[in-house]
Amino acid sequence: MELLVASAVGILTAAGVYLILRRRSFPVILGLSLLTYAVNVFLFATGRLATGAPPILNKYEEVAYTDPLPQALVLTAIVISFGMTAVVVMIALGAYLSSLDDRTAMPAEPDGAGDDA
Amino acid sequence: MMEHLLIAPVVLPALVAPFIIMVLRHHLDLQRIFSLASAVLLAGITLALAAQSADGTVKIYELGDWPAPFGIVLVLDRLSAMMIVLTSLLALPVLLYAIGSGWDTRGSNFHALFQFQLMGIMGAFLTGDAFNLFVFFEVLLIASYGLMIHSGGTRRFQAGVQYVVFNLLGSTLFLFALGTLYSVTGTLNMADLAVKVAQIPAEDTALLRVGAVMLLLVFAIKASLLPLHFWLPSAYANAPMPVAALFAIMTKVGAYSILRIYTLVFGPEVEATAGLTESWLLPAALLTLGAGAIGVLGSKKLGRLAAFGAIASMGTLLIAISLFTETAAAAALYYLVHSTLAAALLFLVADLVMERQGQWILPQLPMPQTGLISALFFAAAIALAGMPPLSGFLGKLLVLDATRGAELAPWIWGVILLGSLITIIGMARAGSLLFWKGHGLPPEDTDTSAEPPVDTLPARPAQLPFVACFGLLGGLVALTVFAGPATRYAEATAAQLYAPSAYIDTVLGRTEE
Repeated sequence: MELLVASAVGILTAAGVYLILRRRSFPVILGLSLLTYAVNVFLFATGRLATGAPPILNKYEEVAYTDPLPQALVLTAIVISFGMTAVVVMIALGAYLSSLDDRTAMPAEPDGAGDDA
Repeated sequence: MMEHLLIAPVVLPALVAPFIIMVLRHHLDLQRIFSLASAVLLAGITLALAAQSADGTVKIYELGDWPAPFGIVLVLDRLSAMMIVLTSLLALPVLLYAIGSGWDTRGSNFHALFQFQLMGIMGAFLTGDAFNLFVFFEVLLIASYGLMIHSGGTRRFQAGVQYVVFNLLGSTLFLFALGTLYSVTGTLNMADLAVKVAQIPAEDTALLRVGAVMLLLVFAIKASLLPLHFWLPSAYANAPMPVAALFAIMTKVGAYSILRIYTLVFGPEVEATAGLTESWLLPAALLTLGAGAIGVLGSKKLGRLAAFGAIASMGTLLIAISLFTETAAAAALYYLVHSTLAAALLFLVADLVMERQGQWILPQLPMPQTGLISALFFAAAIALAGMPPLSGFLGKLLVLDATRGAELAPWIWGVILLGSLITIIGMARAGSLLFWKGHGLPPEDTDTSAEPPVDTLPARPAQLPFVACFGLLGGLVALTVFAGPATRYAEATAAQLYAPSAYIDTVLGRTEE
């Protein structure tokens, strides 16, 4: 279980970083999404891994429970990363449509100074 | 009723912004009125809050009446009060400028985004919960993405993509850091974190140290510390200049977070994280100042000149912060206020020039109102470079004075003084190219290379931009004239920062109440 979660976080992060370094807007956005998945799984694991335990205290009997706070954090993180992905898609689309180029590096600008300055 | 005033700086813009979007979408005048009224009201509220906290008491507001550390708390101490007052006093002239120059008409939803941005900044300064800090970071960032690409344009979009991607990476790192800290301490309330971190057994500190460093990296991204500053020049230079002026406070959010977290939670006396930051934060800050100063000298465009000026001032600020002593923190706080106002002024003046002459730093024919604008540019330049008589000089003097006894003091003195010199040369070069060389030009030389002004603007009140600039300049002058009270306040704030027990006790309800 630990190995599975740890390797999932690691592989997602590695893939995400690799895609971001591709410097084209579509892979970059995919990479960002993979990174947010990685961080969501990571946050989920910070409350320690427990199988089949509810995230709620039972006041009638002693049963195992899992830490509910990371789940709340993950929920917040998912919502925020979802919104952010939408924003970055729109901005990247705007950049692509106005320059017909999906590279995220900014092209060198023709120098307004001419050649003497 | 009075105890709810503490959440008003967050709630007010949070209510005004959707109201502007949903009800006033097609009424620009009403949008302006509501936005301005909200900014004025915010200034009043934050000043009232500052008056409440001026005697050194720490006030808390428990959201949903859940006691800390289980609920989220907003905390008001001298530092928070100072930062929210600074934010609201910066927002007012920036908003006036945006209205006066017509920038708010060049795209949709400027005022709503502006209010959301204020909400995020206010929340980030007030919150006492680390995860809530992340949420407010996201609020202010998502508003800033909208503001940054306001009015569109190819290069602005391209710079926007870089800015968004860089900050999304930063947010992801923030979450990793928070997760790591939570897994070690089991809490994310800053006061509770401080208690728990101090109790961590020595063998358990590896994860904690990783978390602390990751958190510092996140704040360093926001504060544009040197190896992580690459997002700033193209983002600020391509953003609308009034927006960039508002962004002057955003880098300070990073500086504030470093000050807050690394005095409260990972303070200098905490053994678990001792020696973690000292060895490299200060050299990085020195390099930041150097890079900013050289950038000022090498800029071919006004926007980049102002952006690198902002980086240089962040370098000075971070030098003072990274000493982690009380006197240095006081100097840092004084310089923080100054550099925010000065950077904002420089961005606004840059916009005045760019509206008339285009964005390149080139000799061009004298523009309308060239005398007034060049005087403002001169004032902004000496303020940002830290020359007498304005407050930048006093701020740098305080910083230099605070380094006495520090190990790297000769380096700090050398870099700050040399950096100031290079900044002055860079500013003087830009100013003389822009304002003096044009007087000798024959008229036909200029029309080929320079970009024409962005578009022909409708008739507008031309005074408002100058009112805004002189407002900021007035703030700088006031900071200079009232340097005595200001430094006393900064010293009291620093003393409160380095005696965090009052903060912790109040938040965790250990004393009265």
